[in-house]
Amino acid sequence: MGVFDSGKKAARGINAIRKNDLGSVTAYSPVPDHALDHALERSVSPIRLFILIGGIIGCISGFALPIYTVYDWPLITGGKALISLPPFVVIAFELTILFGALSGMMGFLILARLPRVSRRTKAITVDPTFSLDRFGVFVSCDPKSESAVREALKLAGALEASRGA
Amino acid sequence: MNSVGTSVHTAPSNAFSRIDSDILRTMGRPGYAYCAAVAIAALGLGFGAYAFSVQWRFGIGVAGYEHPVLWAIYITNFVFWVGIAHSGTLISAVLFLFRAKWRTAVARASEATTVFAVLTASLFPIIHIGRPWFFYWLFPYPNERQLWVNFRSPLIWDVFALSTYLTVSIMFLFLGLIPDIAAARDRCADWRKPIYRALALGWDGSHRRWWHYSSLYAFFAALATPLVVSVHSIVSWDFAVSILPGWHSTIFAPYFVAGAIFSGLAMVITLLIPLRKFLQLEDYITIDHLENLAKLIIVTSLIVGYSYITEFFIAWYSGNPFEQQTFYNRLFGDYWLFTWSMLICNTIIPLLFFSKYLRTNLVALFTISIFVNIGMWLERFVIITTSLSHDFDPANWSGLYQPTWVEVAITIGSFSMFFLLFLLFIKNFPVVSITEMKEALVTSNGEHQELRITSESLHSSAASSTGDSI
Repeated sequence: MGVFDSGKKAARGINAIRKNDLGSVTAYSPVPDHALDHALERSVSPIRLFILIGGIIGCISGFALPIYTVYDWPLITGGKALISLPPFVVIAFELTILFGALSGMMGFLILARLPRVSRRTKAITVDPTFSLDRFGVFVSCDPKSESAVREALKLAGALEASRGA
Repeated sequence: MNSVGTSVHTAPSNAFSRIDSDILRTMGRPGYAYCAAVAIAALGLGFGAYAFSVQWRFGIGVAGYEHPVLWAIYITNFVFWVGIAHSGTLISAVLFLFRAKWRTAVARASEATTVFAVLTASLFPIIHIGRPWFFYWLFPYPNERQLWVNFRSPLIWDVFALSTYLTVSIMFLFLGLIPDIAAARDRCADWRKPIYRALALGWDGSHRRWWHYSSLYAFFAALATPLVVSVHSIVSWDFAVSILPGWHSTIFAPYFVAGAIFSGLAMVITLLIPLRKFLQLEDYITIDHLENLAKLIIVTSLIVGYSYITEFFIAWYSGNPFEQQTFYNRLFGDYWLFTWSMLICNTIIPLLFFSKYLRTNLVALFTISIFVNIGMWLERFVIITTSLSHDFDPANWSGLYQPTWVEVAITIGSFSMFFLLFLLFIKNFPVVSITEMKEALVTSNGEHQELRITSESLHSSAASSTGDSI
């Protein structure tokens, strides 16, 4: 585990580890950091798919519910058609947003694996300073390459490079 | 009054711990003034609840509702509170999409305003119906009478709009709070620690979580933006879809949305000025932020003023005698005092913000924001009651509407509820987003630091180590 005081240095450390294929990396930071994004080569989060699918389901159900109900109990007013689309657009619009947002939240919890009840994940106790001002780079590696990892992290500017619990 | 010192460029990590300790400090032990404010708000809420219990037992007649004015102060309050909610979304979502960096300091407080205002607003349709215990009849659910709600009714649109708005706003606020609650959890030493631990959902700042978090936050902003426009449009259609003179107008949707943002901005200023003073957040919520809000007030005030002119012009130009008499009655009839006060408060007084001196003067900002709040409440009252009390048939005309003590008490209760929720929020959650303040510092990369640090406070922050507890 390497502890850094800036995202740039942490990203440098990650690059070194990945370039030499020393192990798999998990980064911890107090803020979302673009340098880390870049180093870990993250593309676009798949959350947008959840939102799209939720939105489409919301839109369809927003039209389906009023249309079903007007046929379920037909109440013709003024000789007009039962399906009056303009007011149903309002319902469909609201449900598109509601379902999109709800499935986005659900997608976030699934993808980010939250809520996390136990701290046993990855068998480390994460440092509380990572919510304050420190950037952490956790490398799970072969015991043989441990010293190489330490060196790479130190070289990148780690304040400390210790063995995680 | 604003303690802006020399801007000091510090290493990000040092500034990070300063942000943490400054913002988390606001969640410390409350003082006497805070406790007194909470007690007053709780008393007000209790008074409102008592009045509602009276209305529950004796019926809506005790609130003074009789033909033809069957919508009055409750619906005024409903529209007012929905309006207050809108600026929160404007600041937290719309300005986020426009990358307006200054929103960072005020976004959290505004977003909380949104949630509490929508909560308060959503009570009013329930208070206003004759048998509040049947409020769930508004929801479309399969029932034993095999009846469905009327989806063509704007009141049902309201149900969908408000429930969506409330749900999305709560999720948006909560999402932004997760990393900050984690920071509070790591620094907290009192009985609240287990609560923060539960609410932080096990957040550890790992990169995978930040990745999805940032993406969802941006998407929520994108979803909330059209939502906020739709919600007040739908509220305006409660009126515009009817055929009553003074209500049946196509400009209602944009006019209401602009008015909503206008009133909400004023409420945010009203709340932020005492908040930054009592929580000593002058370094974070600066005069510049308040000035920007005042500039937005000028814009929205001009839109509202233009809408008033258009409304009166269309009434005259339509040649429709019913429309004409309604608007003539607004200006010179029983309600003239309310109408003129509304016009002055909403279209003339806010224009004082064209003066930079007044825009940057705390007393002026606070006073003008109060006038805007009053003006916007009056606007809804004038729209609702003048049209109802003076419609097509002169035999129906009822003169000046007079509220009863029940209606007044429930209105006081609603304000108290809003302030109580806000007060409880600011002492238990970070009222300025810690994450976003730090992020602003990283992205500004030392060239233009939003956080201005005075030399004395830097000393004190050096003394307080990273292990600060709340």
